[in-house]
Amino acid sequence: MTVVIDRTKTPAPGEGHAPRSAAAQARAKGDAGGGLYKRRTPIYPKKVDGPWRRLKWALLILTLAVYYVTPWIRWDRPGDLPDQAVLVDFTGRRFYFFFIQLWPQEVYFITGLLVIAALALFLVTALFGRLWCGYACPQTVWTDLYIYIERLFEGDRNARMKLDASPWSFDKVWRKGGKHAVWLGVAFGTGGAWIFYFHDAPNLIRTFWVGQAPMTAYVSCAILTFTTYALAGTMREQVCTYMCPWPRIQGAMLDQHSLQVTYRFDRGEPRGPHKKGASWEGRGDCIDCNACVVVCPMGIDIRNGPQLECINCGLCIDACDEIMAKIERPKGLIAYDTDAAVACRSKGEKATYKLVRPRTIYYAVALVVVSVIMLWGLTTRSAIDLHVLRDRNPTFVRLQDGDIRNSYTLKVANRGFEPMQASIGFSGVPQASLKTPGADATSGDLTVTVEPNQIRAVRVLVTAPAAALTDTNMAAAFTVDAAGERRRVETTFLSGAANER
Amino acid sequence: MSKPEVDDVTGIDTTGHEWDGIKELDNPLPRWWLYIFYASIAFSIVYWVLMPAWPGLTGHTPGIRGHSDRANVAADLQALQTLRGEGAAKLAGASLEQIEADPELQQYAMSVGQSVFGDNCATCHGAGGGGAKGYPNLRDDIWLWGGTLADIEHTLQVGIRSGAEGARFSQMPSFGRDGLLQTAEIRDLTEFVVALSGREADLDAVKRAAPIFVAQCASCHGVEGKGDQAQGAPNLTDGEWLYGDSREDIRRQIWGGRNGVMPAWAGRFDEATIKALAVYVHANAGGE
Repeated sequence: MTVVIDRTKTPAPGEGHAPRSAAAQARAKGDAGGGLYKRRTPIYPKKVDGPWRRLKWALLILTLAVYYVTPWIRWDRPGDLPDQAVLVDFTGRRFYFFFIQLWPQEVYFITGLLVIAALALFLVTALFGRLWCGYACPQTVWTDLYIYIERLFEGDRNARMKLDASPWSFDKVWRKGGKHAVWLGVAFGTGGAWIFYFHDAPNLIRTFWVGQAPMTAYVSCAILTFTTYALAGTMREQVCTYMCPWPRIQGAMLDQHSLQVTYRFDRGEPRGPHKKGASWEGRGDCIDCNACVVVCPMGIDIRNGPQLECINCGLCIDACDEIMAKIERPKGLIAYDTDAAVACRSKGEKATYKLVRPRTIYYAVALVVVSVIMLWGLTTRSAIDLHVLRDRNPTFVRLQDGDIRNSYTLKVANRGFEPMQASIGFSGVPQASLKTPGADATSGDLTVTVEPNQIRAVRVLVTAPAAALTDTNMAAAFTVDAAGERRRVETTFLSGAANER
Repeated sequence: MSKPEVDDVTGIDTTGHEWDGIKELDNPLPRWWLYIFYASIAFSIVYWVLMPAWPGLTGHTPGIRGHSDRANVAADLQALQTLRGEGAAKLAGASLEQIEADPELQQYAMSVGQSVFGDNCATCHGAGGGGAKGYPNLRDDIWLWGGTLADIEHTLQVGIRSGAEGARFSQMPSFGRDGLLQTAEIRDLTEFVVALSGREADLDAVKRAAPIFVAQCASCHGVEGKGDQAQGAPNLTDGEWLYGDSREDIRRQIWGGRNGVMPAWAGRFDEATIKALAVYVHANAGGE
């Protein structure tokens, strides 16, 4: 059967397709529920006060201070090395951290630090839940700061909701505009502070404003300005819920003995409104006031139990405790508690807490082992390093009198801050003589000077009489002795026996 | 204008163009396409103003930015010169021996030399300088024209049979092709040369060839066949053969002598680069 598309008639309403963008379609599905895309429900966290909130403010000030101040700490280093305590020097290919100076070849220390950080995170999570998310994560810290700024301009929860619902007016424009301007300022400050970790800070702050800083500084600053503004200003809890992998991984770290922000349903249920002076008999302490819900920056109801979204910030604890004090019930209806404890209490037993569990032991042991290995590596790391590159083209050279010569390039690194006399020895080939350009051949050791904080490439030509060569491939080794230390690197010497003249 | 014809099936006007009964519909351009087209027109006008664009009789419109690829290349080259200037000046100001003795200058010269060698010399001498048949090995202690720093620098400057003024020049005659020797004489001479390098040879032939060697070859290669670096005559006793070590290779070289060419680099490289190359080659050859 042939299908003829008849476009001579205008389609009746409901027939045919009006053009709609994929995003619009997805959004419509989301609105209808069960769709592909869920619109963000705006969250208006209410201001709250209490010990956890005060702790969060303190940590916010501390972490931000560390972030902003660190690049400005000076640290005296010899010669013309940078005097910045913490510096990732890409141009000079060095990483400085106070008394530690790392070369790119030692990047495994950074890897080790990341492994230690991950294990510490696992251990802390197994013991105390998502403390990182609630208190120390940059996303939480900057979001807190942004909400604080938002509150300065737009007022608390109710005022903000009213403002958002109201039509555009001068008042709304300046409040919204002011908020975004300050947000952008903070974002720029964040990006601006970041780049100081990669360049000499006092120098960069001048060159940055006159347009003479490296392009990478401007681009990094722009990227961080944008991400800070977007992540802390407009995306907020969506970063934690949708973008961050940690909430998904944490399920593997947590068990029923991990501390989490917990609604003690054994005490709270059945919940319901309570009139002043009425009896508390036969009902729970939760008066369904919603105080815990309105303060939540993640927009969840903690009374639904542990949830992926919960960042364990403890603001609902402060909110609930305030209410409990008002209605003269004991505090701690919402508290840091464990699932096991709640289960015990609901059965009328005494709550038990177990800090020492197989998983906490594993994490702690792994943490200690990795920390000890890395610390041992760091404290015993050598000031000298040796790499041997054997010439592969030509692999060997036969001289006029039949002697065989192999050539090597030795890279001798001096990681110290003083010039170093390095003595280069060669073993494994009898009667071998060593020669480096500009010096006479010697049957003993070569001596070279390596400048501080430098790698010196030394060409070494090793010549041996054919009669002394017993094997096609002779195992040989170079040694470098300097500053009381010795490095030995194995290599081979080709006798040329496989290629007769 | 006549009334536009309407296509029955789609209800859209036709353009009036028709090929074998197939009619072209007058559909509007896609909006996105049209806007890009307009944007391109706007862009081209801006481009004409800013950049060199229209050809004229005596040149082209320069554009207000004064852009010129040629000038940019010149500026880049100038910047490169400035960048290398300090090191180049140091190399130019030092003698070859000084360069080799000073660790810092030596490292600099070696890295410059390695890079220049890779770009210019490796084609014939191999990436590591190991040479090939017809192209001398620069890593051993056998030198046709001398292996001291000064010798190498001079060879680099003037080349070998390069046609440049003062070029190193030697010539292996084509004894066979030019009829200077008979085929049998060349065969005997081959045996003689093989015997010179210490290999087994037909002793009768060697005996017959001895006077021929003295008459024809000894003037350059020496009576003992040890060669002469002053004339660029190879040593025939060292077991190293530029054009191959087999009897056939040697006979061919006597019959129709091949003479390789190395270009003169004096006009192509500045003094510092030639010095760096000389130090690089010298150092890698063990430094005669």
